[in-house]
Amino acid sequence: MNMHTQPQRTPAETALIDAFGDRLSLLPGDGAVMLKRDDAIEAIKHGLPTRRVESWHYTDLRRLLSVVPDFDPTALAKAVAPIVEGSAVLPVLNGKSEAKVPAIDGVAVQSLSEKLIDGSIAPGLDPYGSDDAIGALNTAFVADGYFVDIADGAELEKPIELQNLQAGGQTHVRLAVRVGAGAKAVIVERQAGDGAALVSSVSQLVLGEGAEVTWLIVQEQPEMATHLAQFKAHIGKNAKLTLFVMNAGGKLVRQEVMVKTTGEGADFKLRGINLLAGDTHSDVTMVLDHAVPHTTSTEIIRNVVTGKARGVFQGRINVHQYAQKTNAKMACNTLLLSDDGEFSTKPELEIFADDVVCGHGATVTEIDHDHLFYLMARGVDEKSARGLLVKAFVAEVIEELDDETIVEALEARLDEWFVTHG
Amino acid sequence: MLEIKNLHARIVDDGTEIIRGLNLTVKAGEVAAIMGPNGSGKSTLSYILAGREDYEVTEGDILYNGQSILEMDPAERATSGIFLAFQYPMEIPGVATMEFLKVAMNEQRKARGEEPLKIPEFLKRVKEAAASLSMDMAMLKRPLNVGFSGGEKKRAEILQMKLLEPKLCVLDETDSGLDIDALKIVSDGVNALRAPDRAFLVITHYQRLLEHIVPDSVHVLYKGQVIKSGDKSLALDLEANGYAGVIGEAA
Repeated sequence: MNMHTQPQRTPAETALIDAFGDRLSLLPGDGAVMLKRDDAIEAIKHGLPTRRVESWHYTDLRRLLSVVPDFDPTALAKAVAPIVEGSAVLPVLNGKSEAKVPAIDGVAVQSLSEKLIDGSIAPGLDPYGSDDAIGALNTAFVADGYFVDIADGAELEKPIELQNLQAGGQTHVRLAVRVGAGAKAVIVERQAGDGAALVSSVSQLVLGEGAEVTWLIVQEQPEMATHLAQFKAHIGKNAKLTLFVMNAGGKLVRQEVMVKTTGEGADFKLRGINLLAGDTHSDVTMVLDHAVPHTTSTEIIRNVVTGKARGVFQGRINVHQYAQKTNAKMACNTLLLSDDGEFSTKPELEIFADDVVCGHGATVTEIDHDHLFYLMARGVDEKSARGLLVKAFVAEVIEELDDETIVEALEARLDEWFVTHG
Repeated sequence: MLEIKNLHARIVDDGTEIIRGLNLTVKAGEVAAIMGPNGSGKSTLSYILAGREDYEVTEGDILYNGQSILEMDPAERATSGIFLAFQYPMEIPGVATMEFLKVAMNEQRKARGEEPLKIPEFLKRVKEAAASLSMDMAMLKRPLNVGFSGGEKKRAEILQMKLLEPKLCVLDETDSGLDIDALKIVSDGVNALRAPDRAFLVITHYQRLLEHIVPDSVHVLYKGQVIKSGDKSLALDLEANGYAGVIGEAA
């Protein structure tokens, strides 16, 4: 007799497994892709990760993912104006790429469904490890997205804005970008919508030698949406990546950042702001591998917590044994504005090399009363003074980006959040 | 304009009484100097006037234009015309100086029922005020007071005072940390604001500042009380003989 040692499936797990059966005939992919989908759904059948899985300790997905909506092919999502005027917009509406996209000099754009059908994306579909629930969920269901190839030496004048917009139901999207040697680009990843959707979105980026990319993730899902996202990047020799993450929405959010420096002289900057309100749960989890010598990184995360919001930042830096002369610094600062809110920070350094500079720090503070008094003593009423100080706390990270157009665009999103939640 | 009556106040945290029955009257148009040794309660008095929550008034009253201000919060006091130039102005990272000036000026205008300033008019006023204090506009592009030298911070305080046009100006040791040139610029800034409908409370350790900002009255604060009042000659007397004599007389 077979004994079932596995706990009973949650309604969410059952819904996902059933949905896979229903969707299978509609999912694009060659044999290799379909095999990876099968492996992925097997992983989900083993159960969503709980707090007993170390990387999910603060975000018990099995407990928190209570509802999985059905796919809704009739949902209508509309493209939105890009955050930087004049950007080339590549929209994914309700999980589908557009047939006609703007032509961009030095850039080739393909729909991801084509890459699934011809199987060329298959190697990128492997999950990161046995605890990679987002990777598995996305690999099982991904149907579309874009593949963007930026030619060697191309210097893009305007940003490319990749929009993933939902209108309810489920969407599983992948955005893959290759940046050629010496190319320069600003890429905006816009995650938004107006439905109670379950979204999985995986972005994969490869930076060639000497390439320079600023990638901005602007996540503004509505309060009822579940947003499970992953950003994976390889940074080549002397290449520079600045990743800016703004989390300003969603009911249940996990944004994973998995970055590897693969060439000497590679530099990575992570700047993040989490604006947390209402009864929500948001998690930013980073795993950074310094895999070769002479690479550098800094990570600064600023969090504003109001209402009953719960936030998590896990930052893990692995310095491989031969990755000498690594220089890595990580900081996570939280402004806690409510007694019912909470924020958990887990920095981890795993260092196997002996000639490195690595550090981390975390603070949790309230509004500085001296600062508040100073502003009020100039006639600014208490509410406005608090607003100014909270905005200042996060704006500092934005202003570091040093590109006036981008700074203004992000501050406009910040203002938008304060209008609704200030 | 300002009437402080039998004021008693203590630190909220530990209950230490700092102000112990202070009486002081300052008329419109008057420049009153407050002098006194360290720990006499000078800075505390300035904070209490501005409404800092770390201090609690246990007895007496502060009347401003005949009305008690004890129930007003710092913002209400500021919009009613009370201004404190801080001894140690706070550095506030992330708050752009120009943005702050605009918000503060418009909050005060709102309280007076006036329309917000148009941007060109705002810029014009800031430029004029900055020029009169020999301040570089580039400084004002930085976050509020961040990276300013001691002297620059004091100038920035006077700049704010000029722009906000308060009626009761409290200057807390504005001379500390200033070299002779800066002292002259700051004093000229203050003197230019002297007006029949405006009063000043100038808190200082030294006679030096009072050579530039000549007071109408001088009051010696000791152990939380005004123990002697006089005209500007009192300051000269203190400079020559120290506080010991005055304290001795009062004891």
